[in-house]
Amino acid sequence: MTAFQAGADFGDGRREETHGPRPEAILDHADPAAKRIIAGYGFWIFLLSDIIMFSAFFATYAVLSGETAGGPSGKDLFNLHNVAIETACLLLSSFTCGVAAIGARAHNGLMYYGGMAATCVLGLGFLAIEIHEFTGMIAQGAGPTRSAFLSAFFTLVGCHGVHVTLGTLWLLTMIAQVFAKGYRADILRRVLCFALFWHTLDIIWVAIFTVVYLLGAGA
Amino acid sequence: MLGKLTWGAIPFDQPIPLFAGGFVILVVLCVLAFITIKGWIPYLWREWVTSVDHKRIGVMYVTLAGVMLLRGFIDAGMMRSQQALAFQSQGYLPPEHYNQIFSAHGTIMIFFMAMPFMIGLMNFAVPLQLGVRDVAFPTLNSVSFWLTATGALLVNLSLVIGEFARTGWLPFPPLSELTYSPGVGVDYYLWAIQISGVGTLMTGVNFVTTILKIHAPGMTYMRMPIFTWTALATNLLIVAAFPVLTATLAMLTLDRYLGFHFFTNEGGGNMMMFMNLIWIWGHPEVYILVLPAFGIYSEVVSTFSRKPIFGYRSMVMATMAICILAFMVWLHHFFTMGAGPNVNAVFGIVSMIIAVPTGVKVFNWLFTMYGGRIVYATPMLWAIGFMVTFVIGGLTGVLLAVPPADFMLHNSVFLIAHFHNVIIGGVAFGAFAGYTFWFPKAFGFRLHEGWGKAAFWCWFFGFYLAFVPLYVTGLMGMTRRLQHYDVPEWHPWLLVAAFGAAVILAGILCQITQLVVSIRHREELRDLTGDPWMGRSLEWSTSSPPPAFNFAVLPQVEDRDDYWRRARLAERGAAPRAEPIYKPIEVPRNSPTGFICAFFATFGGFGMIWQIWWLVVVCLVGAFATFVVFAWRDRTEYEIPADEVARIDRANRRARGEALTTAEALS
Amino acid sequence: MILWGGIRKALRLAPLAAALLLSGCDWAVLDPKGPIGDANRQLLIDSVAIMLAIVVPTIIAILAAAWWYRSSNVKAQYLPDFEYSGRLELIVWAIPLLTIMLLGGVAWVGSHDLDPARPLASTKAPLNVQVVSLDWKWLFIYPDQHVASVNRLVVPAGVPIHFMLTSGSVMTAFFVPQLGSMIYTMNRMQTQLHLAADEPGNFRGLATQLSGDGFADMHFEVEAKTEPEFFDWLGQVRAQGEELTPERYIELSKQSVLPAPITFRAVSDGLFEKILDQTLPPGPGPIAETNPGALKRMGK
Repeated sequence: MTAFQAGADFGDGRREETHGPRPEAILDHADPAAKRIIAGYGFWIFLLSDIIMFSAFFATYAVLSGETAGGPSGKDLFNLHNVAIETACLLLSSFTCGVAAIGARAHNGLMYYGGMAATCVLGLGFLAIEIHEFTGMIAQGAGPTRSAFLSAFFTLVGCHGVHVTLGTLWLLTMIAQVFAKGYRADILRRVLCFALFWHTLDIIWVAIFTVVYLLGAGA
Repeated sequence: MLGKLTWGAIPFDQPIPLFAGGFVILVVLCVLAFITIKGWIPYLWREWVTSVDHKRIGVMYVTLAGVMLLRGFIDAGMMRSQQALAFQSQGYLPPEHYNQIFSAHGTIMIFFMAMPFMIGLMNFAVPLQLGVRDVAFPTLNSVSFWLTATGALLVNLSLVIGEFARTGWLPFPPLSELTYSPGVGVDYYLWAIQISGVGTLMTGVNFVTTILKIHAPGMTYMRMPIFTWTALATNLLIVAAFPVLTATLAMLTLDRYLGFHFFTNEGGGNMMMFMNLIWIWGHPEVYILVLPAFGIYSEVVSTFSRKPIFGYRSMVMATMAICILAFMVWLHHFFTMGAGPNVNAVFGIVSMIIAVPTGVKVFNWLFTMYGGRIVYATPMLWAIGFMVTFVIGGLTGVLLAVPPADFMLHNSVFLIAHFHNVIIGGVAFGAFAGYTFWFPKAFGFRLHEGWGKAAFWCWFFGFYLAFVPLYVTGLMGMTRRLQHYDVPEWHPWLLVAAFGAAVILAGILCQITQLVVSIRHREELRDLTGDPWMGRSLEWSTSSPPPAFNFAVLPQVEDRDDYWRRARLAERGAAPRAEPIYKPIEVPRNSPTGFICAFFATFGGFGMIWQIWWLVVVCLVGAFATFVVFAWRDRTEYEIPADEVARIDRANRRARGEALTTAEALS
Repeated sequence: MILWGGIRKALRLAPLAAALLLSGCDWAVLDPKGPIGDANRQLLIDSVAIMLAIVVPTIIAILAAAWWYRSSNVKAQYLPDFEYSGRLELIVWAIPLLTIMLLGGVAWVGSHDLDPARPLASTKAPLNVQVVSLDWKWLFIYPDQHVASVNRLVVPAGVPIHFMLTSGSVMTAFFVPQLGSMIYTMNRMQTQLHLAADEPGNFRGLATQLSGDGFADMHFEVEAKTEPEFFDWLGQVRAQGEELTPERYIELSKQSVLPAPITFRAVSDGLFEKILDQTLPPGPGPIAETNPGALKRMGK
């Protein structure tokens, strides 16, 4: 049940031995495969915790979505056209992020830098549309201080946006790291974690546009 | 320039916090001066502050917990004395101050005493019990500790600059909203908990990964010691529950800072949402506190009964059952909010169901003692005291889980007595048992037995004297958090309770004396073999204290309580294992990342509290820069050469061999 | 040896404990004066009895095992391999499970019978009382009698009282220990409670959820009178005092502690409903007018 029985191919020229456990496998710090598994596993656990945090915001949104305090509701405010573009940006950015991850493992500069740059542009595009939406709503008096519904909306969607912003910052850092130090094992681990993060944000966005925008606009 | 911060924030006009704060600042400065003059700063920086070694981090956590125990206990003493005096009188603490004291007491005891204590013990023991060198993410471990320390610092800072929350240890809205709590008190609370909450969440991630993925060869899940199992359950709870706390406190923060309407009276806010969310975190939190204690008791009872734990499988199942059920009972904290009979009854019944695995554990400890040869070392006394006390606390808990009973006793001092019954009887006694049990492993000498036993009896009787009167006054209709009262029947009981607190104080003084005396007499109390208690799990196979790399060669595990089995074979004259082939060992480098992160977190938190925005921006940038600098490291490990490893290991083997021969000669 | 010494110490303290127990007789929760309080108490005692049947033998067994199997006892059998017994496991899981099943049934029935929102069975028509918790006082409005009282709740004995509760500021809880269950009060929301006093008497009422600096002063008197006495009291209230108008209510909702209970001879129509829908806003919290000086230290 321990990781060294995986027997997988990690694409960097090593194949895990499958005949019997190697006593030093997990803690042999010269073994990148085991460290990669541990880093990825730990980061997954973190991502699960992040999803739970989002669930708390989702639950709050669900409870407060009717509390418009006499103000505008989702139906009045949501522009599904923009939401569709935001979704396309994020979904596409997941693809380009995947390309970047493959490029990193293959030590292919074009795929890596190209993929990361494309992801960055798409992420920033998403953020631009979202900020535009938020400022527009605030300008027409439908800011987060207007009602509980709007507080919940801005917080849930905004929290996702903050995650995308931090992800973009991380993305730029990873570009800089590979540029400065090459495709070193520990840097590849971080690229793996970044990719997991970015894909998770995409999954959360799917939940957001369903629960918030589609259900809200249709209500 | 300095946000809301003015000279008025320092309580020049309130003698008690002024003198208390002044005294603490004086003590801190004296300690710092002493350390500097003795020239210990380079050593402390190199060996402790920047250490990423789980053993060192564990010790620092427990030290933080000990200091916070003193602070939290002083708050408790003030509360007991106020209530003893405030019969038809205002006592000596006005409500503005008294309300801060009980809020600080709860916050500190839960977040900065009990949590760090348990996390510290898990940090120290779990990697050793798993037979491995360290946790999955050692530098992250250091960050976790220092962020927790930041939270503790911020809470204590509120004593001298500004004020603390007056809302109780959980800031229920609308009382905690800006309208009804316009001061900085709630903000101190929010940032201290948020920052330390990040640290705790990181610990959860770290330990879940370690326990599930990093084992000595042959250490299957069903061969792990029970303490490791309970550590796993605890950290799973942390990973699942703390994000909810983060989200909920963030929403309250947004209400207070940006005028949002999550929980306000106006704008459609719903305070019931806060209650639900905070207790969805809050109930698992109490299991986070008590599960490691249960694990400690399993280790202690089996070690000092000279028997394996009875019913290992069902102990594991009970632990994981508690882990899951912990998330299904939260509404029992607010039966009186009016959810209706069906909802109340369901949650009441599930709350009772969670008593079943706990009851199973108690019976299994009982059957572990049955047929044993019990040695009454101090940890065993704590364990037996726990079993008796916790069962009573569990009874009152199941009683409160019956909604109509709760309708009479909710928020009364009966409730206070119940949860102190289980927290002191369960968590605190467990912490003290674990502290005494693993102290020799950490420092190489045992704690003085006589003072340890005296401490136990003072705590045991002090607890009953302090809290049984509260069961009584709760049944007399007394509610919690009263700064004064005019009911004559309550007064004598509260005098007894204050006396009980004094007896507990005697217990704490015994513990401090025990530590001082043990350090003075450490040569007589020296642990030469690494196994002072006839231990059962792998940590007892290392020297005391273990070397940085824990094990020269990772042990090959063949069974549960494998170390016990091999030690008994060795006693009976089996040939010792052949000397292994020593290889060089790579050990993670120390890193100041944790400390520097905490530095920025402290000032950033302070900036958020007092709305000094430029400071916040600087600290956010600083924190990010710290991570980037850490990521830019080229050398992450250093190597201990094979002959150094050999030298250390041979010394350990020699000491054990000598102990065996001496034992043979004496028998 | 040490454990035995400890037990002897405990036994020596027992007479003192008994003396303390028998002094002071106001066991409010255990000495109810109304049907709800009575039923709650019965449930409490039944639940404790069920659990003591398990807990007392368990504690005795723990102490007995801890003492008998001490290492100095040569008569005790050492069973180093006794770590599993299927039969014992079954018992060990069954005992708590069965106890909980019993208690669970008790809890289910009790929760439904004693639901605060459930009207009391009675031949008499209930008296409606609207309750508003404020900082730091209790406002009782009698909507059918058009009077109001602050910090004193007067009710006829033997008549079921139907409480409709809300808060004019923060969340707190209404509790009269000798009459029965407590219930939260929350702004913009209405909770329901049904209580009755069996016989005339004076009882203590209090707030049981921290509501701010004046929380300890949020206690109130409860007087159950005979019906003729109750009507007399109504007459007295209508004969003197002010009218509770919206403006007077706004004054009342500011943070203060009243030195003595007051009454209002008349209440504006729909005052409670206006408080419920926030036409009359919730109390303002600490403001310069009512909390001079304190705000300075808060960093305001």
